[in-house]
Amino acid sequence: MKQRLVVIGNGMSAIRTVEELLKLDGDQHQITVFGAEPHGNYNRILLSPVLAGEKRFEDIVTHDRAWYAKHGILLYTGNPVVAIDRARRVVTALDGLQVPYDRLLIATGSKPFIIPVPGHQLPGVIAFRDIHDVEAMLDAARSHRHAVVIGGGLLGLEAANGLLRQGMTVTVVHVMDRLMERQLDQSAAKLLKAALEQRGMRFLLEADTAEIIGDGRATAVRFNDGSEVAADLVVMAVGIRPNVDLARAAGLHVERAIVVDDNLQTVTDPRVYAVGECVQHRKHVYGLVAPLWEQARVCAAHLAGFGHRRYGGSVTATRLKVTGIDLYSAGDFIGGTDSEDLVLRDRARGVYKRLVLRGNRIIGVVLYGDVADGPWYFELMQQRRDIGGLRQRLLFGRAYCEPALA
Amino acid sequence: MIDARLSEPQAIASTCPYCGTGCGVLARTNTSGVVTVAGDPQHPTNLGRLCVKGAALAETVVPTGRLRFPARRVAGALQRLSWSDALDAVADGFRRIVDQHGPDAVAWYVSGQLLTEDYYVANKLVKGFVGTANIDTNSRLCMSSAVAGHKRAFGEDIVPVSYDDLEQAELVVLVGSNTAWCHPILFQRLLAARERNPAMKLVVIDPRRTATSEMADLHLPIRPGSDVWLFNGLLSYLHQHGVIDTAFVDAHTSGFARAQAIADNTAGDLRSVAAACKLDLGALTAFCQLFARSERVITAFSMGVNQSSSGTDKVNAIINCHLATGRIGKPGAGPFSITGQPNAMGGREVGGLSNMLAAHLDLDQPDHRARVQDFWQAPRIADQPGLKAVDLFDAIDAGRVKAVWIMATNPVVSLPDADKVKRALAKCELVVVSDVMADTDTTAFAHLLLPAQGWGEKDGTVTNSERCISRQRAFLPAIGEARPDWWALSEVARRWGFGAQFPYTSAHEIFDEHARLTASGNADAEAPRYLNLSGLVGLGASAYDALMPTRWPVAVDASPTPFADGRYYTPDRRARFVPTAPQAPAGRVDDDYPLVLNTGRVRDHWHTMTRTGLSARLATHVAEPFVDLHPQDALLCGVREQELARVSSRHGDCVLRVRLSGEMPRGSVFVPIHWSDRFASDARVGALVNPLVDPLSGEPEFKHTPVKVEPFAVAWHGFALSRSDDAAELVADAAWWTRIAGDGCSRHELAGRRSDGDWPTRARAMLGVSAADADWLEYEDVAAGVFRAAHLVDGRLQACLHVSPRPDLPSRAWLSSLFGKAQLEPADRIGLLIGEPPARSEDAGATVCACFGVGRKTIEAAIRAGAETPAELGKQLSCGTNCGSCVPELKGLIAEIRARQRVT
Repeated sequence: MKQRLVVIGNGMSAIRTVEELLKLDGDQHQITVFGAEPHGNYNRILLSPVLAGEKRFEDIVTHDRAWYAKHGILLYTGNPVVAIDRARRVVTALDGLQVPYDRLLIATGSKPFIIPVPGHQLPGVIAFRDIHDVEAMLDAARSHRHAVVIGGGLLGLEAANGLLRQGMTVTVVHVMDRLMERQLDQSAAKLLKAALEQRGMRFLLEADTAEIIGDGRATAVRFNDGSEVAADLVVMAVGIRPNVDLARAAGLHVERAIVVDDNLQTVTDPRVYAVGECVQHRKHVYGLVAPLWEQARVCAAHLAGFGHRRYGGSVTATRLKVTGIDLYSAGDFIGGTDSEDLVLRDRARGVYKRLVLRGNRIIGVVLYGDVADGPWYFELMQQRRDIGGLRQRLLFGRAYCEPALA
Repeated sequence: MIDARLSEPQAIASTCPYCGTGCGVLARTNTSGVVTVAGDPQHPTNLGRLCVKGAALAETVVPTGRLRFPARRVAGALQRLSWSDALDAVADGFRRIVDQHGPDAVAWYVSGQLLTEDYYVANKLVKGFVGTANIDTNSRLCMSSAVAGHKRAFGEDIVPVSYDDLEQAELVVLVGSNTAWCHPILFQRLLAARERNPAMKLVVIDPRRTATSEMADLHLPIRPGSDVWLFNGLLSYLHQHGVIDTAFVDAHTSGFARAQAIADNTAGDLRSVAAACKLDLGALTAFCQLFARSERVITAFSMGVNQSSSGTDKVNAIINCHLATGRIGKPGAGPFSITGQPNAMGGREVGGLSNMLAAHLDLDQPDHRARVQDFWQAPRIADQPGLKAVDLFDAIDAGRVKAVWIMATNPVVSLPDADKVKRALAKCELVVVSDVMADTDTTAFAHLLLPAQGWGEKDGTVTNSERCISRQRAFLPAIGEARPDWWALSEVARRWGFGAQFPYTSAHEIFDEHARLTASGNADAEAPRYLNLSGLVGLGASAYDALMPTRWPVAVDASPTPFADGRYYTPDRRARFVPTAPQAPAGRVDDDYPLVLNTGRVRDHWHTMTRTGLSARLATHVAEPFVDLHPQDALLCGVREQELARVSSRHGDCVLRVRLSGEMPRGSVFVPIHWSDRFASDARVGALVNPLVDPLSGEPEFKHTPVKVEPFAVAWHGFALSRSDDAAELVADAAWWTRIAGDGCSRHELAGRRSDGDWPTRARAMLGVSAADADWLEYEDVAAGVFRAAHLVDGRLQACLHVSPRPDLPSRAWLSSLFGKAQLEPADRIGLLIGEPPARSEDAGATVCACFGVGRKTIEAAIRAGAETPAELGKQLSCGTNCGSCVPELKGLIAEIRARQRVT
């Protein structure tokens, strides 16, 4: 008798976990996948290039329906699960379908946060989360001229870049005094802003959105100081919220997200697992892809009955997916009184590099303009390598350090 | 087709202006004005070879920094004058002071860099027309002890040995001479001779281990200043072992018994000599045995002997041994003073020292004075010896001498107690300086500046260490309004009403007069002088122009070998033994100043660097002023290699880079003489040197000053390379600096005490970068105090600065090379701030062989790959195959690497 595994969610972390599981125990499970979107699985990270016109949707699809069929997976798309009955171990889908499970995997991801200002429900106001949003933006770009992106973080800038590439005039509105403040320090943020401005992007920093104006469709964004910017497309990219309504309704313990242990089992119910952006592990909630891969591996191992892997949390690194702009950020790039900085500035070449050290170990990296060594620094950071002997060569990259390491 | 003859410019033969070896060079100027200088294969001294300095001559005949026109200093600034006004001012100024205070209130301080003709005119003007003997020369600092020793022993200042003799000797003893570095071509001839004749032995007597001692068969690391004990001991040993040539001593000398008695009494047994000289008894005995059994022995000596408070006695102690064994006046034998300057000997011939008259005629002999006065048709003649260099500047300091005309020398750097020289010049009423360079430590004190012609522009003769007269010929137009020194002197004479006696229109007329004076009264069989140029009288302009290198005497019947007939130039025609009682150096070490300072040259620099400091090639061997000391002394003083140390004596102090070369004995430190205030903030070693002199020769004791060494703490070390010469802001931020010539850039080594202020702002100020959008790169590690920046203009490197709390800065060689690139490649740009070429590309390391630009790392690699001898290295890399002066270093590297390989 095969174990019945039901997967709620058809996104990247859900399918990666299934893939890992298939690798471990082949056909030991009867797997059923419920997805809210009407597609197979695609790489959400690559939505930006699709928006920018550099890739087509087909290019970013990672698992088509044939793949599910080949592995004997039952796939229900456009039919999200609406209820979990943990006592009976049954899930109920939107269309009333009920499927029993032995193990349940929740991978509902997150949903974009929409600032509830007046006018946020007007047509022309959208988020940037899935292929549907991308298609809406591409549509708008064909018929409208002025876009405002609210949010100067990673996602907002990628959206802004895409819309710019589609021929719109784009104003990025950000409430903070610098772009990507969660990934960049002031210097790198300035360089980034200058580079994007050179491409024609406009910025309003420290701008607090008060209202989206429009009659039947958004026409402008108004700020707290009373000023306005014309906008027939408003993209909200101010952050994401873990998608935990279903879990909460099922009585699972949820704080900011579904609380799981080092096996990715929910702390409430050992039959229920959760991975991805909807998960809170050791107080951390992750919004980047690398932690998902690690979680998927651990979770799959436990589902397969081995439990030989443990998830200890992730250190994350960021790259901005804007063609021609190289940016890499990881760890604690702000530092504190007990940390030390290595800094390199080369304005003309548009290069800025900064490593934050504490006790001869890298704890943070910000690279702008030349990111080739980002992964290496990340590795040194993760391995907690003592870099004392390399200190004055470190920022010049691996090539300059290898002879010293050898 | 271009005619090959057109592209091959006419070569002009001249003589190298550096050391007393006197090598011949061929200078060529091509149609675009580019000068090349090569060795002259026809010149008997060098047969085409040149040392590093000579080979780099073309790099120093540049207009950079030249004094272009006469000038007067008005309120600190230089104001251009016409020659006529300048000479009026000189003539009036000197006349006024002579009228008020008498002729002894004025003085001339001249130089072994002058040509014989300039020297002659200066000496004539001063002694015959001003009527004072207050003309002294920097040769006083160099070989005046040898002059005094020669006069005491031979009755005349005669160097009895030639370079050919060196090659015929069985034993060459080098005393106080780093010949390998200071007279490289001579040393190469010596080594080549030993190669041909393996029986030939080389003994080096020097407290330091040097490039010279590296090549010796026996090195005696003598206690500084104990030479007289050693040579007295040798004399006594020779006597005890029956090596005295009694027949010679009886027939041709006087005073042997007394000299021998003193030697016996003071150094009668080798055991005590070994103790006095701090030598190994076995090595000392071996030396004495070698000397005893070598019939053809030459004892060559330089500054280690001369620059001493008992320098003249040292010279005579050496000569005594040669006289006692009759090893003089014969091929391959004799005492041999090797001079430091290109025309020290020429100066001696014309009488350019304050205790000489002219042409080897004596100041203290009335008939000599009368003869010279008559010959010159002079209104008067000096009858008292004038002030010797150190006394002369003391007299200026005391206000007794009120006007001084300094020619072709830099006493603010080179004299002992040099800070006192500064003070003296600062209060002197009238300081006239004739120089080729505008900005030297000495021209800074000049009221009137006269532009002199540089090497390659001036025309005349020089005499080398073996009495060989060679022509220096002009092959370049004079820079600006520069004129010959003899012309300026003659013009002043004319203004004083002596135009008839100074009618010169060209150098050959002066040479002719000089030659006639050497011949004057020299046929007198009773009192002949060996210096006789009668054969060169009446040469005429074209014969003078064509004059080939000629050793004096040049007279009918004159023997080319001095003293071959056993006759000397004393009244009784016998050589004199001079009893020499050993004396410790005048300055004694004590608890406050426990170390002995020794000074000297480095291989690739000359004097105060006004010329060699222009060449990037010459800067690579030793870039910075340093203090070399024994590692144990360093430990006791609390100083560490590569860091900075303050070296101070009772007279002044210097701040220098610490070097632990392993060449120094305990208790001694070495500091090079070259660095002036133009090239370093605190490295004028003259300021340290005690102004103690030999009582006879007046030569200062440069080789023995008690000093102490302390750490010089700084907050940061750094260096800057810049295309710009303006370094005012750069050095303003530093507590210590050295300027080094680079190829396409100038380099400053820096150290500072200020640790406040952020480096990005400071660095921009230091490098003069104010534009906010300048192409500026920087690297900063605030916590570690490390900062590096570079400034580019149009993709070309303009300047860079590296700073660290420790002297652990990257190699300057690669960064310097980037100044040669019109555009930096992206990879170079990355390397700029780490100071290293992008990975895998070769860094050759510090230059060892300057001739072929072969770096240390390249050489080390070849040694590791199996090269066992300098010759093999030369075959592979060419290093050491031109001038050969790096061969000792090559040998050292081989030994070092093999030793390291044995350990590991």
